[in-house]
Amino acid sequence: MTPLAVSAYTATSALGRGLASHVDALVRGRSGLRPNDISSAPLACWIGRVDGVETVSLPAGMDDWRCRNNQLAWLGLQQDGFTDRVRAARARHGAARIALLLGTSTASIGATEEAYRRLDAAGHFPDDMRRPAIHTPHSPSAFVAAALELAGPCLTVSTACSSSAKVFASAERMIRLGLVDAAVVGGVDTLCDSVLFGFNALELVSAAPCRPFDAARDGLSLGEAAGFALLERADTAPGMPRLLGYGEASDAHHMSAPHPDGLGAELALRDALARAGLESSQVDYINLHGTASRKNDEVEAAWVNRHFPATTRVSSTKGYTGHTLGAAGIVEAVLALLAIEHGLVPGNLGGDTPDPDCGACFAWRNERQRIDVALSNSFGFGGSNACLAFARAGFAA
Amino acid sequence: MSTLRVWVEGIGLWSPSLSDFAALTEVPGGSTPTPPPARPAAGMLSPNERRRAPESVLLAVEVAGQAVAMSGRKATDLACVFASAHGDQPITDYMCATLAQVPAELSPMRFHNSVHNAAVGYWTMASGCHAPSTALAAQHASFGAGLLEAASQVLADQRAVLLVCGDTAGSGPLGELTRCEQSFAAALVLAPAAGPASLATLDLQLLAAHADAPLPEPLAGWRRGNPSAAGLALLALLSQDSGRCRLAASAALDLQVEVQGIDTGRVR
Repeated sequence: MTPLAVSAYTATSALGRGLASHVDALVRGRSGLRPNDISSAPLACWIGRVDGVETVSLPAGMDDWRCRNNQLAWLGLQQDGFTDRVRAARARHGAARIALLLGTSTASIGATEEAYRRLDAAGHFPDDMRRPAIHTPHSPSAFVAAALELAGPCLTVSTACSSSAKVFASAERMIRLGLVDAAVVGGVDTLCDSVLFGFNALELVSAAPCRPFDAARDGLSLGEAAGFALLERADTAPGMPRLLGYGEASDAHHMSAPHPDGLGAELALRDALARAGLESSQVDYINLHGTASRKNDEVEAAWVNRHFPATTRVSSTKGYTGHTLGAAGIVEAVLALLAIEHGLVPGNLGGDTPDPDCGACFAWRNERQRIDVALSNSFGFGGSNACLAFARAGFAA
Repeated sequence: MSTLRVWVEGIGLWSPSLSDFAALTEVPGGSTPTPPPARPAAGMLSPNERRRAPESVLLAVEVAGQAVAMSGRKATDLACVFASAHGDQPITDYMCATLAQVPAELSPMRFHNSVHNAAVGYWTMASGCHAPSTALAAQHASFGAGLLEAASQVLADQRAVLLVCGDTAGSGPLGELTRCEQSFAAALVLAPAAGPASLATLDLQLLAAHADAPLPEPLAGWRRGNPSAAGLALLALLSQDSGRCRLAASAALDLQVEVQGIDTGRVR
């Protein structure tokens, strides 16, 4: 495919607000995880919580959208001059020529949970929670489209933990077909009882900070994040990194466990490399899905071993941010872009006793090297697999 | 803006009043089609899965199965775009009620069935489909946004795509807000070129404004009762062979759809 420019990008997670705090955390090996202090009832686990979301004010006149998820979205949009970049793109292309495509797993269901905790005597939502627009999966996209004054195609991709990777694919298709000239893509998910107690019920949550690819790993740590990227045709931003390709595929195996042979991940990789015109040996870094669940990491380590030479460096960054679910795709796309920009392979935090399944590709500590091509893996419940391919500006496959 | 042209090869439909697309063709004549059984049959699912699957999954799998059967295509080859405004509302109601009372007792199966892509996940498992699959939401524009995404996949990758859009009826305190009164789902198999199974062409164009797509009763009432039933405007045209309608594709955009039937001699 014809590469697209990633003409602006940003992320806000437990590591902090904006790109600089993410680079700083990676360089220092500083995890954003902390003991759980957010669920409405106690649950012994560690979480990647974003500080200060509760005090974020939404733009004037947008108070009906207020909820933790939209407050995190707005906080994320304020970083790295992202809203200014969108404003400039709006002036360049027109509001109706920019798509807004966000991924989320649970949107603002935290607000729906709160309404159920505070039902009135007759069993109805309390008056202040009778706001239909926040009790539906489209809440973050509808809010962000309104906040950024975008009037193009607007949809929410909700394929669990691959959601905000797949928005890159939808955006590329719309730009290629001439439906739009640019797209704001990204994702937002916030910590809430549904995911904390839900993953706990599936016995997938660790009581300790998560340890991706560690021999003794025993489950994930959940996190929250907002991240965004602006995609445009390459000539609009010649110096910015490129979206080279993407791959999407279905496991057709199980609702909450990966295909034992990583079949969907295999097909997604093949699709991504083919669209990008890449050989696997040209890949310098891969940000793995690496949730620290027993099964995901086993299947994904085998996937790495099958395809990549030792010169391809790989790691999971879930030990830094926790698993940010529907926002994981965009957060880890941003971390892959930062790896290219800073020549930094982030070490696989939490893997103190590497699983012997992990081969020579794994970067257990930070490494400094030039990175031209980086992939990011995102896999979700329902057997949804996505793989994104990014490259430095000027890279020719 | 350029027009997107896709070919319709299969149509699926299920609501408490309509067991399939053929039933819709009886409505304009004033007859009342025989209503289907209370639960969609969802014949593609194994008996075990059918017993465990929530209604949102049965509904989506039922219409998907109808549309794919009509197209004569193999489900394994079809990329999947499943849209729903609200996902599985009874599960959301159950989860929020349980979390408010006894969070540690949340059912793991209901939790993994609560993901918005549960229906497409079950469909790909039942059909052995490894093609790309996605799950979308766009509130009242879910059908139009789903059709836009599906058509862009058809044309960008020159492949056939299965589009499903459905919502179950709301329940509990949440149901009072969503005002989704009855289940509805529709499905289309869309292809990039004419073929032996072509039923109609759709010419799609984005327009920067909203306009009503008038519908006669009882279709208008059905449309009011479920956000996914916005697609009835298009299905009605398909049942009448040709015409033009507008579907909301986002808060600011309509998707104008020009339908042109293809005389195949097949009974639609």
